[in-house]
Amino acid sequence: MAATSDIVTIRNVTKSYRRGNQLVPVLEDISFDIHSGEFLALMGPSGSGKSTLLNLIAGIDKVDSGSIIIGGCEITTLNETELAGWRAVNVGFVFQFYNLIPVLTAYENVELPLLLTRLSRRERREHVEAALEIVSLTDRMDHRPSQLSGGQQQRVAVARAIVTDPAILVADEPTGDLDRVSAGEILSLMDHLVQDFHKTIIMVTHDPRAAEKAHSIRHLEKGLLTDG
Amino acid sequence: MKIPLSYSMRNLLTRRMTTLLTASGMALVVMVFAATLMLTDGLQKTLVATGSPDNVIVIRKGAQTEVQSGVERQQANLVESLPGIAIGSDGSRLLAKELVVLINLPKRGSNKPSNVVIRGTSPASLALRPQVRLVEGRMPRSGSSEIMTGSGIARRFQGTGIGEHLRFGMRDWTVVGIFDGGTTGFNSEVWGDVDQLMQAFRRPVYSSMLFRLADSSRFDRFKELVESDPRLTLEAKREPRYYLDQSEAMAKFLNILGMTLTIIFSLGAIIGAMITMYASVANRVGEIGTLRALGFRRSSILAAFLAEALILGLIGGLAGVFCASFLQLITISTMNWQTFSELSFSFSLTPVTALVSIVFSLFMGLAGGLIPALRAGRISIVDALRES
Ligand SMILES: Nc1ncnc2c1ncn2[C@@H]1O[C@H](COP(=O)(O)OP(=O)(O)O)[C@@H](O)[C@H]1O
Ligand SMILES: [Mg+2]
Repeated sequence: MAATSDIVTIRNVTKSYRRGNQLVPVLEDISFDIHSGEFLALMGPSGSGKSTLLNLIAGIDKVDSGSIIIGGCEITTLNETELAGWRAVNVGFVFQFYNLIPVLTAYENVELPLLLTRLSRRERREHVEAALEIVSLTDRMDHRPSQLSGGQQQRVAVARAIVTDPAILVADEPTGDLDRVSAGEILSLMDHLVQDFHKTIIMVTHDPRAAEKAHSIRHLEKGLLTDG
Repeated sequence: MKIPLSYSMRNLLTRRMTTLLTASGMALVVMVFAATLMLTDGLQKTLVATGSPDNVIVIRKGAQTEVQSGVERQQANLVESLPGIAIGSDGSRLLAKELVVLINLPKRGSNKPSNVVIRGTSPASLALRPQVRLVEGRMPRSGSSEIMTGSGIARRFQGTGIGEHLRFGMRDWTVVGIFDGGTTGFNSEVWGDVDQLMQAFRRPVYSSMLFRLADSSRFDRFKELVESDPRLTLEAKREPRYYLDQSEAMAKFLNILGMTLTIIFSLGAIIGAMITMYASVANRVGEIGTLRALGFRRSSILAAFLAEALILGLIGGLAGVFCASFLQLITISTMNWQTFSELSFSFSLTPVTALVSIVFSLFMGLAGGLIPALRAGRISIVDALRES
């Protein structure tokens, strides 16, 4: 496969956490690539380090050693401020429990990442409406999260993740808290984003049906990749 | 900086009860703080209003008040002959030689004795004090045992109403008039002929001299003239200055009392704000993690929580000043310990006091919110997201 089509390059990444005065290894010498436009599912038992790996790729945690290069940028060399700016432009987040801000409306939640850009209020409105259109929630934009169902909240979260048009979406068990139907909707939505908007999605999941939607699957076990 | 203010505001609104209680605590402290300033302002306003800037008062050097002062008849004559004293419409000099004596009078109803100032006055005394005017009866005739009483005491002391009699200085005095001194200290005085009163009390010296300068701008020269004359062991002050100096000790006392209370209470309010803000941070750790993941910086989180604490302070400040403004309806009647006379004054809310009080409240919010906000800014993203 051509190197140019890899959007994420992970090389010899290790990560451990300190528990008391003991160092607990979480990821050991992880190396793999993710193509641009790939829909990747990360699977593995609980505690195997899936979330940790996802957080490292998303630039919200620091590696102990190794490097992660995303879209030509070696994010493992960026300092905290640079990383914050990089995330705002390059990554969209979807969490298991939606993580919407309860006091803000759906519209305002989606608008949040745009407050970090130079867009005018009118331009922001256009972007927010477009994002809500994609997740089919334009009619709910003045609702607070508490006035929405779990599935609707997660769709708002997806709208928030794509509103800045980042190349990569990271999703940590996005269907983990949803019923079958809502989970199906979210997965179709992610599929749609990959197919029609050329997003690269990295999704941590336990759900075999979720993994089925993905193009590729990687398994983690005790901090090691067990395939490919 | 980037997180909108409405985020902080709505979080305060969501925790309505906590916000209300915390802001109320701050409002209470602001009220005590504002009340102290208002009291001092009110006191000084009353005392300064007692004097007119064109008037000069001469008292014994080193005396703080007329009660402690003595001016010999010879000295009085010397001062009277100095140039520059204004002439009244009747052609005589606008100068009054006065005597101030304290006596005890029983109050109406309770029969409890209280101090009252008796002032021996000259014909010019009234003209020199435009705030004082006769409102009932007539002026006492000079050379007689007639007196008039201030409306502040006529209501409250036995024998001080029109047609009634008072006994002091081993004589009977008849009340023939009542004067109104507005909010000034004169309102609580009894006025009679200075020569009659000096005889009755066997006082050989005056207490003070009061006069108007023909040209007010020449005060400094006049003061120099009085104070450099070795025969005159006297000092000259502009009348407002004299009354302001009198209020200093009282104002200082009120300030120390008020500020002590304020500091103690404010510690409580700051701790209250701190507990509220800590709870607010603890409840929103997940939100903080989410905002940080989206790309908001630590400083933005810090700013959002500081804004929340400041809004809390602003609410407390506005409520406190609003409540304190009603204190203006209250008039305080107390003893002026320096003159031992009755003194009545009101709380006075100036724009400066309102502003200072609100700034003080913002400061309390800031002091209470700073540590929790710093903590909010310091939380690591992964830890915050795992905690939620
Ligand atoms: N911030 C942290 N501090 C300490 N230990 C952590 C932290 N994050 C993860 N761990 C530990 O690392 C291991 C992997 O965690 P995680 O990546 O969340 O696993 P998964 O998502 O596969 O369930 C677990 O044992 C977990 O307890
Ligand atoms: Mg996990």
